[in-house]
Amino acid sequence: MSFISRMSCLAAGTALLCSATVGAVQASEEVNLYSYRQPHLMQPLLDAFTAETGVKVNMVYANKGLLERLVAEGRNTPADVVITANAGRLADLVDADVLKGVNSDKLEAAVPARYQDPQNRWFAITKRGRVLYASRDRVAADKALTYESLADAEWKGRICTRPFTHSYMIDLISSMIASHGAEWTETWLNGVKANLARKPQGNDRAQIKGVAQGECDIAIGNTYYYGIMLSDPEQRAAAEAVRPVFPNQDGRGAHMNITGAGVTRHAKNTANGVKLIEFLVSPRAQEIYAAQNFEFPVVAGVATAPVIAIFGEFKEDGVNVADVAAQRRAAAQMVDRAGLSS
Amino acid sequence: MTLGVAAPTGFRRDHDRSYLVIGLVAVLATGLLALPVGALVWFALDVDPGLWPHLRNTVLGNYVTTTALLAIGVGTGVTLIGVGAAWLVAAYEFPLRRTLEWTLMMPLAAPSYIVAFVYTDLLDYAGPVQGTLRTVFGWQSAADYSFPEIRSLPGAIIIITLVLYPYVYLLTRTAFLAQSRAAVEAARMQGMTASAAFWRVAMPMARPAIVVGVALALMETLNEYGTVDYFAVPVFSTGIFHVWINMGSLEGASGLALMLVGAVAVLLLLERRARADRRFADPRATRAAAARQPLPTWRGFAAMAVCGLPVVFGFLLPFALLIGTSWYRLDALFSGDLAKAVLNSLELATLAALIVTLLSLWLAYAGRISRAPVLRLGTRLASMGYAIPGSVLAIGILAPFAAFDNALDSMLRDTFGISSGLLFSGTLFALLFGCTVRFLALGFGATEAGFERVPRSLDDAARLLGSGPLDLVRRVHWPLLRASSLTAALLVFVDTLKELPMTLALRPFNFETLATLTHQYASDERFAEAAPGALAIVLAGILPVILLSRTIRAASRPRT
Repeated sequence: MSFISRMSCLAAGTALLCSATVGAVQASEEVNLYSYRQPHLMQPLLDAFTAETGVKVNMVYANKGLLERLVAEGRNTPADVVITANAGRLADLVDADVLKGVNSDKLEAAVPARYQDPQNRWFAITKRGRVLYASRDRVAADKALTYESLADAEWKGRICTRPFTHSYMIDLISSMIASHGAEWTETWLNGVKANLARKPQGNDRAQIKGVAQGECDIAIGNTYYYGIMLSDPEQRAAAEAVRPVFPNQDGRGAHMNITGAGVTRHAKNTANGVKLIEFLVSPRAQEIYAAQNFEFPVVAGVATAPVIAIFGEFKEDGVNVADVAAQRRAAAQMVDRAGLSS
Repeated sequence: MTLGVAAPTGFRRDHDRSYLVIGLVAVLATGLLALPVGALVWFALDVDPGLWPHLRNTVLGNYVTTTALLAIGVGTGVTLIGVGAAWLVAAYEFPLRRTLEWTLMMPLAAPSYIVAFVYTDLLDYAGPVQGTLRTVFGWQSAADYSFPEIRSLPGAIIIITLVLYPYVYLLTRTAFLAQSRAAVEAARMQGMTASAAFWRVAMPMARPAIVVGVALALMETLNEYGTVDYFAVPVFSTGIFHVWINMGSLEGASGLALMLVGAVAVLLLLERRARADRRFADPRATRAAAARQPLPTWRGFAAMAVCGLPVVFGFLLPFALLIGTSWYRLDALFSGDLAKAVLNSLELATLAALIVTLLSLWLAYAGRISRAPVLRLGTRLASMGYAIPGSVLAIGILAPFAAFDNALDSMLRDTFGISSGLLFSGTLFALLFGCTVRFLALGFGATEAGFERVPRSLDDAARLLGSGPLDLVRRVHWPLLRASSLTAALLVFVDTLKELPMTLALRPFNFETLATLTHQYASDERFAEAAPGALAIVLAGILPVILLSRTIRAASRPRT
């Protein structure tokens, strides 16, 4: 008796749980979100959206597997909107055909053409630069830097970076391939490898700390980490030891990456989904993002953001982010050939 | 169809049928549990032909070597600490022994990626250790001295060993306690020294438990991603994500994951061969009160130090540093979000522990009464999920269940005009199923090790006296297996609390567990914000670990 009864209790308990969870996402005015961005970054925006529109947002966050989940769920997917943390993932979503084009004058007007899909399947909501951080002590203040120059012999043993297998590095290498072709980039990558001060490790902040500690003179890192470090009393000293340098200012401009959003092909709440993305590119939402995470607004005219005060104006690489994303596989295999996979 | 049930002739017919049913259900269950691995095989078949030559020519050799070194390092470490500590606390009396007996399990409660974070904070250039050294010796910068790099293969081996040795300790200690003292005492009376008695009597008898413990630790090592990624160690699991995410090849990632599964299968098979015909049950196990040998003073303190160090470095130090980091954020521990996550975590862990324990009991029992190859193969295959990184396993679960859900939904729409939606893949079922597949190896390993200690002669005697199959389990096996089953349940409970990658990918909307809540900060390397959640995971895991220790101790006492 004991086994049978315990098993059936269990089955009943599980069924109850399941039905409770299903019920939770079928109320009327809401939108269901699959997010590759962390909830602590998204929640303030979503709360503001709900307060303004009365539409409830349900969210699943995962850093891997949401695309595969969308593909597997097919037409029964509960997700209406997907948010990714980089352009590459947006390209994957387009390749997997799980997004649909939406018509929105607001989105068209707010988001510059190179930061949206030509068929309106995704729109960027914020952007960030991948820049260089030079030692204030050991690199001349007027030294102009380019990504290309990182392979020059003068930087031998002076460069710190996170592992090349990280998506931020893969994206940067992809942009080099998009600008210079694969053969040139492979030579460049091996040149950068020869200039490394230590085995690539840690995140972008660890590289800035590496410069502050004297292990290296140049660090590669994203813009927002610097902003976060400046605002943290414990990390401020390390951030103040470096000078952010926007590379290629006399040429094509600094490499940019985006956070983007799109409506799913089988969305049940399309109108609310579009409303959510429109809200995310509204001046108010753009300010929230810039203020809390030091990311650059994707729309013009939000100049009050503190991030602008830190970095000032700079020139962005004008290449289409989708063209960069198309080179990721080539970049990843290049990293393997260079012996930089870890 | 025959399942080769090992029932002696002359049994009542209806019992034969019950045995058959038990076997059949077990085969069906293992078939279902092997689905995710099957799905990965399906993906892997479709791999881009250019990918394997590329991997072979570039990184594969490095992945294999580094993974093997990591496994050998962790395997050696967990065996030395786990078996050594288990023998000391089981056989000797020394200062603080009773406290160490249960605190030795504490590192189970801490997720390895959190421990890795804590030690990096402590030991890297900006940390207090190097800072103090610089102050004391007057060094100015990193160029003035050298300090071992924590973010390295040796660093990963040490961290993972510290977190995983309790699997070996736990199972080995249970085995030592269940051994007949008579055997060891007889050996001593024959003039063997204490160490000879250990090597020649106690160790061989505990071998199945040790092997299970080490195998579990190794599978966990292979699927581990947080620490090796943070330390930039190029092993299979980091390679799997490089191929999946950067090269956009889920197919290639599945292939790499299956290579891991294959390697584990071969190792386990070899070990089984090596002890093929030995029996480890002791029919004379009398459960005589353990007479521990007191150690002379200095050796007693040495034993205390040996058992104390893993506790200090695997638990106390990281725990203290976590409290230190969370100190100014302790109010976060009492926020509504965290409270909800605690409830979700406990609910998930309880359900997973129940399901896995009962299923393990069923499968281990079926394996005992039947020698059908299909059942043995199924059980092995189903336990292999543990060696696969959680996010990959998650896709292996989603794909078949979502395909089934969509097919059913289409059929119902076409014939009845109603939609069943994502019946399995869109609910908590998927996550519970995932936890079952992922942690079956834990539950089954602990339960099977327990079964191996029950002499088959007891089964035969009970059957001759007319016991049916359920009677046999309830009246003969269960009293002897209770401790093993509770061990299984608590191991699964604690591991589900810590589980992260699969929960992330399979959970329903708005469902946060302690691990997912912590991860969103940890993944951004915001250690200070992540600390309160990490502390909550450890706190939630401590109670079951204490419970576990009490159960094992109680079960090893003589009963009246």
